[in-house]
Amino acid sequence: MMIINLFGLVLIALIIWWFWLYKPAKAIDSTMESVTVIVNNGVYDPSRIIVAKGKETTLNFLRKDGSPCAATVIFPDFEVSEELLVDENKAIELPSMAPGQYPFHCPMKMYSGTLIVE
Amino acid sequence: MNSIESSIKDTKAQELIIDGAGCASCVGKIETALKNVNGVENAQMNFALRTVVVDGEVDSEDLVQAIESIGYNARSAEDTSDDELLDEKEIADQKYYTSLMRQMWIALGLGVPLMIYSIAGGPMTVETTLERGIWLFIGILCAAIMYFAGKHFYVGAWKSFVNHSANMDTLIALGTGTAWIYSMVVVFFPMAVPEMARHVYFEATAMIIGLIDLGLALEVKARGRTSEAIKRLIGLQAKTARVVRDKKEVDIAIEQVLLNDIVRVRPGEKIPVDGLVIEGHTSIDESMLTGEPMPVAKEEEDEVVAGTLNKTGSILFKATRVGKDTALAQIINMVKRAQNSKPPIGRLADAISAYFVPVVMIISIISALVWLNFGPDPALAFAVVSATTVLIIACPCALGLATPMSVMVGVGKAAEAGVLIRNGEALQTASKITAMILDKTGTITEGSPTVTDILVADKSYTEKYILTIASSIESRSEHPLAQAIVDSAIAQEIDPEDISDFQAIAGHGIEAKLEDHHLLFGNQKLMFKKGVFLGEFVSKAQKLADEAKTPMYLAIDNKLAAIIAVSDPIKEDSIEAIKRLQNSGIRVVMLTGDNRATANAVAKKVGIKEVFAEVLPEDKSNKVAELQAQNEIVGMTGDGINDAPALALANVGFAIGTGTDVAIESADITLMRGSLHGLADAIAVSKATLRNIKQNLFGAFIYNVAGVPFAAGLLYPFFGLLLNPVIAGAAMAFSSLTVVSNANRLRLFKPQEH
Repeated sequence: MMIINLFGLVLIALIIWWFWLYKPAKAIDSTMESVTVIVNNGVYDPSRIIVAKGKETTLNFLRKDGSPCAATVIFPDFEVSEELLVDENKAIELPSMAPGQYPFHCPMKMYSGTLIVE
Repeated sequence: MNSIESSIKDTKAQELIIDGAGCASCVGKIETALKNVNGVENAQMNFALRTVVVDGEVDSEDLVQAIESIGYNARSAEDTSDDELLDEKEIADQKYYTSLMRQMWIALGLGVPLMIYSIAGGPMTVETTLERGIWLFIGILCAAIMYFAGKHFYVGAWKSFVNHSANMDTLIALGTGTAWIYSMVVVFFPMAVPEMARHVYFEATAMIIGLIDLGLALEVKARGRTSEAIKRLIGLQAKTARVVRDKKEVDIAIEQVLLNDIVRVRPGEKIPVDGLVIEGHTSIDESMLTGEPMPVAKEEEDEVVAGTLNKTGSILFKATRVGKDTALAQIINMVKRAQNSKPPIGRLADAISAYFVPVVMIISIISALVWLNFGPDPALAFAVVSATTVLIIACPCALGLATPMSVMVGVGKAAEAGVLIRNGEALQTASKITAMILDKTGTITEGSPTVTDILVADKSYTEKYILTIASSIESRSEHPLAQAIVDSAIAQEIDPEDISDFQAIAGHGIEAKLEDHHLLFGNQKLMFKKGVFLGEFVSKAQKLADEAKTPMYLAIDNKLAAIIAVSDPIKEDSIEAIKRLQNSGIRVVMLTGDNRATANAVAKKVGIKEVFAEVLPEDKSNKVAELQAQNEIVGMTGDGINDAPALALANVGFAIGTGTDVAIESADITLMRGSLHGLADAIAVSKATLRNIKQNLFGAFIYNVAGVPFAAGLLYPFFGLLLNPVIAGAAMAFSSLTVVSNANRLRLFKPQEH
């Protein structure tokens, strides 16, 4: 019983670490390569994108998932919200941005990603 | 159709969408074909996206032709209209719906018979070898169902997990996965499980997957309805236009109408693009855009707006805004953007969403541990059931959908009434307004002063003669009211006389000469100063002022000839709309640069008690600040011309448009209709929407806050109640559907106009 309890607590600790404490470092640099964000199965891939500061940027989004959650992507800081169609590339134009991190997500925030402007 | 005119030469890169390219080897063929077109510098195909980017100065039609000649279909990426996007969206939604429904039937095909068997008292336990065999078979069947009907949950859960995020898929995958794995353990190693806990839960796994597929499918349908308003707006766009090309009228697709094209519209047809009438007259129904029920008369030089309906006459007009620049396209854009923006009230739900799923996972583990440690026998079975049920009943979707769905419907509903809401924040603040400042000119009144009365004092003059003299004088004046008199003369086709010795007396009026007659035109002060006898006309003038009119005296050879009254008429429905505002508990204040007497008269007429009169344009925003200092949440309504700073400072700035001029940037909410009813509608819609959001959020909170502990078995020690995982699945599936349906209820909302 002791072991089971311990196992449960470890599991809880792992959940906390995995979902909250762990910060992914990997980010795709859109200034180096052209980026197409695939919207599928509940995630944006890539979800962390490096963007050049002070320049208008175009990001391509390609939605693969039929779920209505995937249908809209929102960049709340720039009042950009765009409809994505299944299997159709959508070029989203973003204004020039000041350095910082800006989230983008679906209306329910189930899909989420970050723009890293530097 | 003239192809040179209708296709666009472009030196920049252009994008084509290729249909029918099925293999990677097509890429080379297509690229080569394009590079062979005259003028193409480079062509690069993205096979994954089925698009080609072409550089060079080249006609897009030529590119399409080149691709078609080698057996593929192509279209310019810019060509996809809103209309097609919408159709595609509907088709995609329909496809998704159908696949979900199919998955549901697969899952329920196994789930329902098992469920009936278990309810009918069939043993769900594993004791004999025969039972093991049968359950093993059902377990494998169940795994197949998980694959065919619920694959998207597991793939989604895994992908999110790898990405350090968790969502509804995670919960469903974990819940159904736990139930299935436990059941399989019971089948394979019954000895490892206490005898009383040798129970299988395959029916729960199948039922939950089926029910949630069903819930999702119904949600897709219901969500489709939330975008009805935008669909209606997009549907207003005409598909073709009849333009004059080479002196002939031809029908062309709407996308091909160019700026300055001459467009013909016949009775009963929609106006295809924005423009200026150059020939003919008609009346146009603009209600679909502005909410204004009365058709508007149009003649030469008048503006017509895409999407409105030509009623009576045939007109020719010159296209001034086409494609994405038309007012309709801008409105659609603005509404779409606003529909996806979130009011501050939704932020709490967002914050919770970020922690929701992992917290539920932790609760599920804790609940299992508590059952294992303290629960009655069979503790293991109870632990599994409670852990599964907690995972299944928790619904992050209901919480996440609560705000966006209502905003979607509310903003759309407002647009139908001719109210454009910039974003969710404006929507929310508008619902809380306690004080509303109304600019007088152009907001409460028409904003176009007209001559209302001519009282002739000396019967030897005719009204027409009076107007001739007055307009002759005023045609040289820059006073704002002067224009009203000049306009009135023009309307009666009166030509001005030659005036000499023109002299403006500041604050009084004008002195001038017509032939050898001496003329005075101005206010009462001028008459007193020059010793003109007014007699009973003093009281007549006072009466006019009390009616919110501005009286002006005309004296010929120092004898009073007439009083001309000019007034900016109050919009006919201002009184009623202001009453609507006051009835909803809003303190209404009038703001104007006009003199106090006229201002008070107007205010009295429309039932406003508080007046800021004689306010200089630059002081308007101070008045907003003054009310804000009294802890009011201030709405400011103006025409956006000289009150932009006040509109910006107010908690919510309302720009009252003339027709469909949506280029009003400083406003949070734009009223396309001139009527103040639009303002009352805007506030009513925002209140209804906020109420709806609150219901949704409250429902979603309560559902989760009550559901999760119940599922964990909190009621068991007291009442012996433990939730069945299948019921949890049903509750979860329908909780988000309920949220969407409640938001859809807003569609029925009707602002009370009278």
